[in-house]
Amino acid sequence: MLDRLSVVLAVPIGVGMWLPLLGLRANRIAPPQPFSTADVFGFWPPFLILLVPIGLIFIRHPLIRTVLSMAGLIAVLISVGQGAVQLSSNAASFARVSPAVGAWITTAGFALLLLDALTRLRPGPMLRLGLLSCAILLTSLLMIGGAWDRISIMQEYGNRSTLFWTEGQRHLVLAFGSFVAALLAGIPLGIACHRIRNLRAPVIDLLTMIQTIPSIALFGMLILPLGWLAQNVDFAKALGISGIGTAPAMIALFLYALLPVVGNTAAGLDTVSSHVIEAADGTGFSRWGRLWKIELPLAMPVILTGARIVLVQNIGLATVCALIGAGGFGSFVFQGLGQTAPDLILLGALPTVALAFAASTIFGALIDLSKRGSDD
Amino acid sequence: MIRRISVACLCIVVLAFLLMPDMFRPVLQPLVAEGMPPIYDRANLLMLTLAHLGLVVAAIIPSAILAVSLAIFVSRPAGSEFLPLSRALTNFGQTFPPVAVLALTVPLLGFGLWPTLLALFLYGLLPIFENTLAAFVTLSPSVREAAAAMGMTPRQRLWRVELPLALPLILEGGRIATIIALSTATIGSTVAARSLGEVIIAGLNSNNLAFILQGGILTAALALLISEVFSFVIRRLQYTQQAR
Repeated sequence: MLDRLSVVLAVPIGVGMWLPLLGLRANRIAPPQPFSTADVFGFWPPFLILLVPIGLIFIRHPLIRTVLSMAGLIAVLISVGQGAVQLSSNAASFARVSPAVGAWITTAGFALLLLDALTRLRPGPMLRLGLLSCAILLTSLLMIGGAWDRISIMQEYGNRSTLFWTEGQRHLVLAFGSFVAALLAGIPLGIACHRIRNLRAPVIDLLTMIQTIPSIALFGMLILPLGWLAQNVDFAKALGISGIGTAPAMIALFLYALLPVVGNTAAGLDTVSSHVIEAADGTGFSRWGRLWKIELPLAMPVILTGARIVLVQNIGLATVCALIGAGGFGSFVFQGLGQTAPDLILLGALPTVALAFAASTIFGALIDLSKRGSDD
Repeated sequence: MIRRISVACLCIVVLAFLLMPDMFRPVLQPLVAEGMPPIYDRANLLMLTLAHLGLVVAAIIPSAILAVSLAIFVSRPAGSEFLPLSRALTNFGQTFPPVAVLALTVPLLGFGLWPTLLALFLYGLLPIFENTLAAFVTLSPSVREAAAAMGMTPRQRLWRVELPLALPLILEGGRIATIIALSTATIGSTVAARSLGEVIIAGLNSNNLAFILQGGILTAALALLISEVFSFVIRRLQYTQQAR
């Protein structure tokens, strides 16, 4: 029987192969002149790439599907980079080559095929971590090797490579700093909510209310009080707290992060069955011993699920922090929006998405591992 | 009871603020520096609120129709080949930050209303699809068999049995999608869409806490009120289903 998913995806890949792969612009803001894969490489390379999705229509074995769709994806990515090298070698030095609609469509098509093959493969947590590291390694090798150096996004990067890593570091500090703070405060609060019945509803209601405040407003609301604090309290100033920048961003991310942590900690502890607790009490565990040795380990998968939501959410929200001068990849996004420079937007958005995806994959694997641990 | 009263109070305060903002001038005046306007004056707040709500409704309704149809399709035998990918895609899609979705649609659609609409539409698909699929997959087989035994055609079964039973969970997905959209729509103002975000950004630019507060609190209040309406409808549905 034919694989209908591959039929459905082969169509856009086929169409995408003949749509413009690259756009050549005389300068950074000029309108692009389109080139398809066949214009750059001749007839055969796109034809060979197109054989992959057609072949997949008849192949069901998940491992072969994974390898083939990965090969297709890599072929498209490399042909984008190589095409850019060929086009820019004949053009003026300030000409820009950027991926065009065909490149996006075929990349998305192959990525979907790969995602589907991987899902059907049902990889265990260790294999998923391994695959993620391979993907990171491969991408870094291609980048260091200069495979995409002539693409405009990489040229935007080349113009500000030091700044890129500084902003990246600030992004990570914002996202991970508030994440760790939220775990340190949220897990004890969640335990308290689980043990003290009357505390739970008001705490969860308050945290839900905070979540409904739009991020840019919450940042704004923190600017003035913190600014006042910085002006009037010497200790706060010594800590480097000021109205704009990292402090309000950090506090806002922390506040948003509390709900999933507190809610999931309390919900995770709820799932521990009363038999287990009775058995633990019978074996002579103290109240705290029971919490540390029995309840928290059993609740760990649910708590980690909350942690995953928080980390992914924080990496995304840290982008908005650029609006209040806290830096991060968002500063490229908003600069790009301001200058109508799509490449600059992508330079900020792509690493953010990649970071969120990596964090989500790692935590997904950790959750599965912790479940496996508690099954034993 | 206390909940209903507080929701009613919130509703009255929001309406009063939108219809007669000047009444609140004394409350907001202490928050701004001398000579700065305490109430947003560059556009009518009521009109901005309506534009904001319109943006969310215009994005979420098509999003809900598409998400529910897709979820029904992949939960049928005919669409089962698409089930693993669509599940993986929903998981993957939720790692996409809303700002990134918004930023990536701008190169495609330019500035203004359309990129924001598209971003809200795309972001709304995920929770609704996820919840609808969960509802259809967890529907007990005995219900389906009973409906089939009564001689219902697959179409009747879908419309008269499965969809009504799945409705509470679908609406829960709609609630989550709407709240996210309400908050994301404010960021839409950074790409020049008309929404309450305009008020917040004006406040950020001119250091006017009163602007930031009124934009932020109005959006949050709208989200809370709409969330309450959804929860109310969902509870009623579950109640009538249990009564049957």
